[in-house]
Amino acid sequence: MAEIVLIKGNEAAGKAAIMAGCTHYYGYPITPQNEIPEYMSLHLPEAGGTFIQAESETSSINMMFGSAAAGMRTMTSTSGPGYSLMLEGLSHFAAAELPCVLVLVSRGGPGGGSLESTQLDYFSVTKGGAHGGYRNIVLAPMDVQEFFDHTQMAFDLADKYRMVAVVLTEATLGNMAKPIEIKRVHAVPSEELPAKDWVMRGKAGKKKKLIVGGAAPGFGSFNDLNELNRHLADKYRTVALNETRYEAIEIEEADVVVVAFGITAGGVKQSLIQLNQEGYRAGMIRPITLFPFPTEIIRKTSERVKKFLVVEGNMGQMVEDVQFAVGDKAEVSFLGKAEGLISLEEIYSAIRSLCEKG
Amino acid sequence: MKLDVIFSGFGGQGVLVCGQLLAQAGMLEGKNVTYLPVYGSEVRGGTAHSTVIISDEKIHYPYIERPSNAVVFNLPSLTRYEPLIASGGILLINSSMVNRNAEREDINAVYIPANSLATEVGSEQVVNIVLLGAFAAATGVVTTDSVMDSLKMILPERRHNLLPLNREAIEKGAAFYKDNAAS
Amino acid sequence: MNDGRRAVVQRPQSLEPLATHYCPGCGHGTAHKLVAQAIDELDLQEIAIGCAPVGCSAIMPRYFDVDMILGPHGRAPAVATGFKRALPEKIVFCYQGDGDMAAIGTAEIIHAAARGENITCFLINNAIYGMTGGQMAPTTLIDQVTTTTPLGRVKERAGSPLRMSEILATVDEAAYVERVSVDNPKNIRKAQKAVKKAFQYQMENRGFSMVEILSPCPTGWRMSPTDSRAWLVENLMEVFPLGLLKDKWEEQAT
Repeated sequence: MAEIVLIKGNEAAGKAAIMAGCTHYYGYPITPQNEIPEYMSLHLPEAGGTFIQAESETSSINMMFGSAAAGMRTMTSTSGPGYSLMLEGLSHFAAAELPCVLVLVSRGGPGGGSLESTQLDYFSVTKGGAHGGYRNIVLAPMDVQEFFDHTQMAFDLADKYRMVAVVLTEATLGNMAKPIEIKRVHAVPSEELPAKDWVMRGKAGKKKKLIVGGAAPGFGSFNDLNELNRHLADKYRTVALNETRYEAIEIEEADVVVVAFGITAGGVKQSLIQLNQEGYRAGMIRPITLFPFPTEIIRKTSERVKKFLVVEGNMGQMVEDVQFAVGDKAEVSFLGKAEGLISLEEIYSAIRSLCEKG
Repeated sequence: MKLDVIFSGFGGQGVLVCGQLLAQAGMLEGKNVTYLPVYGSEVRGGTAHSTVIISDEKIHYPYIERPSNAVVFNLPSLTRYEPLIASGGILLINSSMVNRNAEREDINAVYIPANSLATEVGSEQVVNIVLLGAFAAATGVVTTDSVMDSLKMILPERRHNLLPLNREAIEKGAAFYKDNAAS
Repeated sequence: MNDGRRAVVQRPQSLEPLATHYCPGCGHGTAHKLVAQAIDELDLQEIAIGCAPVGCSAIMPRYFDVDMILGPHGRAPAVATGFKRALPEKIVFCYQGDGDMAAIGTAEIIHAAARGENITCFLINNAIYGMTGGQMAPTTLIDQVTTTTPLGRVKERAGSPLRMSEILATVDEAAYVERVSVDNPKNIRKAQKAVKKAFQYQMENRGFSMVEILSPCPTGWRMSPTDSRAWLVENLMEVFPLGLLKDKWEEQAT
């Protein structure tokens, strides 16, 4: 039987990364994710890897750029303000098609924000964030076990598609502890991962390799940016076809379907238990990947279910994607809060009043 | 069975460790548990609290706005949590640090002079463990042995010489609760 | 060659047989050649990894026949750190302009030095932003006219030039820092030695090395290639004197 341990989300992410073969971690202290660099600073060197506390998040992401070019599994973790500093680097990762994993433990915002748990970074992470119209693969764990599992899976997805894979979570999930099963999980079986034939090793008698955060004639694999952008768009479509993940709970008989992600979805799941016991017909679609977004299941569900409720730890971001999926086929309501967790009472009441509404 | 509790006090009073120990003990007894620590930017002197849920059922959300029970280590925590506790809930008050009584009559407020009891045991460092012992006795949610097993897991090996002191602190808190709760 | 003739001078093997896009009289061509020659002489072509800057020499990955990475503006020392830590047996160098290293990338270069990263960095200092059309650089001289200091750099408003070599020489873990110039053949030969030594230090795991190369930009300076050499000697060298600023290993030996 697998080992069960009580562990904080942030530490679970660090442990998962090392188990998944992360060898190079770079980071900069920022609350509420400090347990990750602290964990890595001790345990990654023990496992033969490299830990550097960088001078800024800008440098963290660029150190990762170098290690990724060398073919290493590399990771950083941060919170909103640090993520903003990494955006320049992330755009270059996308252009150079280098893989890496970024754990983003959200806090309050905008600006310096607060240490409270929020889901304010949805837009920035799922829509790309920096310049140049690129995408990240985004996983949104609901509890500590998923945080542990998704961090491992992120390395596979990043390598398979040569993309940045973000594990987007909240201060609460980073800091809370819950027993988890310590086991190795894969999003892609190791033997199915493509060989990293693009990895840079020095010329070694062969044609030189270029890893370029952009495109220009005679530079790397693409003749111009149009070619690169068409290639990226094709890749993102493939990712959407292959990697869309969601959990659907009780949606077949539901009058109301809630859409929520991350820790907020945990609150919805908890509330649904009571509501269902009380005879209310409510279900949930929980996007596990935020990019690619499970548009199709929401669209399909909206053909029958006429009332949707989006619950988010922000003032309304994912609700736009749900509205897009639903179109004018159903009514979309919203419950959100941008600082601190939404209480079970609020979630329960919002769902119940929608169920009761004719 | 489902129980939730919030431990609240100043940073540095061991509020977070209390929650961690209780959650770990619950897990060792085969229960579902969550532990949610919350603290300000100050490591010492700021506010800190931790929420623990222990349940036979799966727990999907670690956040409780209105806790069933609370253990308050200082006056600001009493002021904050007394109004929130569910009717019939247990409110343990560290009376060494809090100079007033609870106002509500629909809850079970018990006053534990935890600093004095800790000093009697031999160390001011175990105030939080005294209160945890009292809470375990008040609710029966975990056994002293489970808390001790948790301590063994959390304390680094070189500090295991402190285990007997901690057991005494748990038992002191538990005994005090039993002697005074009925009154 | 087997016909009895011996090559006296030839294109370094580590450069592609291409005409560069650099302006007539630009120092980048010479600086490229010095770096490529050192790579050839030390037999590093198969294991060298270059980290290119953003600026005129962003195009250098096309000209060098070694593996090259082009990351964001100013971040080459961080990229090089990440690569060198991953594959320490490779020889990793950064090639940066003054805007790249001394303005947007100051944090990256100083902290790479502070960590004593075993990498080699070259700063091509021409006191101007060439690629974007001749704007003020952090190394632009007082009174120097640029497109963003049209009446000359006024220190009360635009500050004074930053001396990266002097700054880096104060960093404990920096092993070797030298300033050279490519204005004339004599100085070019000195520069050649410095560039080679910087690579050698990395090969011998001696730690962080940096060579600053004063280099003319006739187009940006709005003068002829010949005049730009004279201007470099008369003005740039006044503010950025040539010479060895730090050699940690020689200091320790003496």
